[in-house]
Amino acid sequence: MSSSEAVYLDHAATTPMLPAVLAAMTEQLGRVGNASSLHASGRAARRVAEQSRERLAEALGARPSEVLFTGGGTESDNLAVKGLFWARRDADSRRRRIVVSPAEHHAVLDSVEWLAKHDGADVTWLPVEPTGRITPEALHAALGTGEDVALASVMWANNEIGTVSDLAALAEVAHDVGVPLHSDAVQAVGQVPVDFAASGVDALTMTGHKLGGPMGAGVLLLRREAECTPLLHGGGQERDVRSGTLDVAAIVGLQVATTLAVAEREERAARLSVLRDRLVAGVVAQVPDAQLNGTPLDDVVAGGPGRLPGNAHLSFPGAEGDALLMLLDARGVECSTGSACSAGVARPSHVLLATGADPDRARSSLRFSLGHTSTDADVDAVLDVIGPVVERARRAGMGRR
Amino acid sequence: MRVLAAMSGGVDSAVAAALAVEAGHDVTGVHLALSPDRRTLRSGARGCCSVEDAHDARRVADELGIPFYVWDLAERFTEDVVEDFVAEYAAGRTPNPCLRCNERIKFSAVLDRAQALGFDAVVTGHHARLAGGELRRSVDAAKDQSYVLAVLTADQLAGAVFPLGSMTKQRVREIAAERGFAVATKADSHDICFIPDGDTRGFLARRLGVQPGPVVDAATGATVGEHAGAYGFTVGQRRGLGVAVGDSRPRYVLGIEPVTRTVTIGTADLAGVAEVRTAPPTWTGTAPALPFPAEVQLRAHGTPVPCRVTAGDDGGLRLLLGSPQRGVAPGQSAVLYAPDAERGDLVLGQGTVLATA
Repeated sequence: MSSSEAVYLDHAATTPMLPAVLAAMTEQLGRVGNASSLHASGRAARRVAEQSRERLAEALGARPSEVLFTGGGTESDNLAVKGLFWARRDADSRRRRIVVSPAEHHAVLDSVEWLAKHDGADVTWLPVEPTGRITPEALHAALGTGEDVALASVMWANNEIGTVSDLAALAEVAHDVGVPLHSDAVQAVGQVPVDFAASGVDALTMTGHKLGGPMGAGVLLLRREAECTPLLHGGGQERDVRSGTLDVAAIVGLQVATTLAVAEREERAARLSVLRDRLVAGVVAQVPDAQLNGTPLDDVVAGGPGRLPGNAHLSFPGAEGDALLMLLDARGVECSTGSACSAGVARPSHVLLATGADPDRARSSLRFSLGHTSTDADVDAVLDVIGPVVERARRAGMGRR
Repeated sequence: MRVLAAMSGGVDSAVAAALAVEAGHDVTGVHLALSPDRRTLRSGARGCCSVEDAHDARRVADELGIPFYVWDLAERFTEDVVEDFVAEYAAGRTPNPCLRCNERIKFSAVLDRAQALGFDAVVTGHHARLAGGELRRSVDAAKDQSYVLAVLTADQLAGAVFPLGSMTKQRVREIAAERGFAVATKADSHDICFIPDGDTRGFLARRLGVQPGPVVDAATGATVGEHAGAYGFTVGQRRGLGVAVGDSRPRYVLGIEPVTRTVTIGTADLAGVAEVRTAPPTWTGTAPALPFPAEVQLRAHGTPVPCRVTAGDDGGLRLLLGSPQRGVAPGQSAVLYAPDAERGDLVLGQGTVLATA
């Protein structure tokens, strides 16, 4: 089945580009100009980039100077974790500890583990609620006096199970002991309310392609007073924290996508959560022992959704996630399991393991993630096939004894 | 048919998958991840599931426009192939891990799972002919892999497709090149996949440790040397014995006794065997009535010899060889063929060598 006919339910991996983004980028790609140049072409490029910075800042509740353009979510996470660690430890050599959730994206986890292995960092893993949430109490306990802590990092919304944490409450706890807090908000922006200033978070990762923008364009929101050592040295384009010629077309695309996603967030979230609820109810009706992972569908945190509105993450006891994915793929339904190693071997989800789920449950899970193009027909397509697919996957086992 | 193409990342399985697509089958590619520790194999050009091999397989699948997945069979492979390999050597026998992998992984664990998922058959790049349920040698005698497939039963063969048996390796590479596959010129793998450096003795030494024992001359009964582990020897082996006996005549390993770790050596006239006893056999089709004449091949890439197949003890076979053979090692498979120059020698079945006389 070709991708145009596919039922695409993997919007958390990436989501189709918005027509307005494509138009804005195409227009910019046809122009010459390095935003660092002093002549007219350079000034024109810079104007577009800086307008984008201002609009992004407004959409995200940040100051324009707090918007640092990067090459995407992975770079933003690396820059925040390593940059804050290096800067804070250089200012006070006692600060070697990183307090972090084990349910983070690998861009955060692997950065932390690299620092632990190569640069003397000590890691304190935060306990994760069975729902996937990190509580302020857990962070408070892990930080202690905070004087030996370089930074804490807790994602805004989990990319696999969609659980949202209360970042404002977490930031308050961190600031009480003088520790900066980074949050990976790649999945949260455009899905749940994200206001950088109001949250108090010190560094925030976001990316464009999760909300209809281009790949390879991201942002690190970095509080003005936060010290962050660069990863990439060179022209010093982004506050001397990040170097590299600005990709103005990508930046415009990122900006258009983000401002649209934020402006349309409430309306879209309401629509997607109705679709998502119908999907989950329909799956459970056909597979009664399917288990919803993460928080309940109607969960609320800090006055907003406690779960991403487009996220349905389910375990199917006795079936392997990769067999389910393969059978659904063959029937034109595209979704996702947890993470895979570089050779492509399916691994039990580290997120589910962090929530205390047993490895079998972690291996038997599927993520359906809805987005701006999702329709009732997509939900119907899943419900048409899920019963027989689960039954067949259960018969197939996994070559384990 | 809906078929699952096992894609190792090599040229043979790539072309097999391509031919299955061109034959009109609904093909899904799967790469079997067999090594429990992928990182150790990451830099190797060969290996059970080096990242490069998975990448090469995925590239071909993408070019063919077929779905592609990686199946993790490391646990089964470790248990059924690697541990079996080590245990067999520890018991003084000489196993064939490729045969074991076909028997227990590719045409058991993988085929079972494929059939449960709705596939009709598994396609591989083995060089052997399979038509009408009859398994025959490849037209390319040098690349023929019927020896390591002879262990498959009629049920297993019914779920197998070998598209390459009627072409030479040269032709396989040409087809790959015609289709622009990057693996067209990739080197053949010769070694055991889980021993990528080819040092079997070193691998066994790491697994089994130093187990010194005597090397005894069969003619005199005298101990003529010491070895660091009987697992480093195979019956019929001539080189690397590490002993000097009075005269200059070559010596061969005649036997390995695992309990006392005794390796017995002797001259060529003592090394020949005329009779082979096997474990209960497997047959690729209906079990033939005993006794019957056949050709038997006693090791991979060995030369087949005429024999008479008779009933042995405990359901096994007793093979009376037409001429004495050297290097018949317990643990190897005695594969029985019905010669057929025209359509390719027909594989009848096999039995694991238990003892010789």
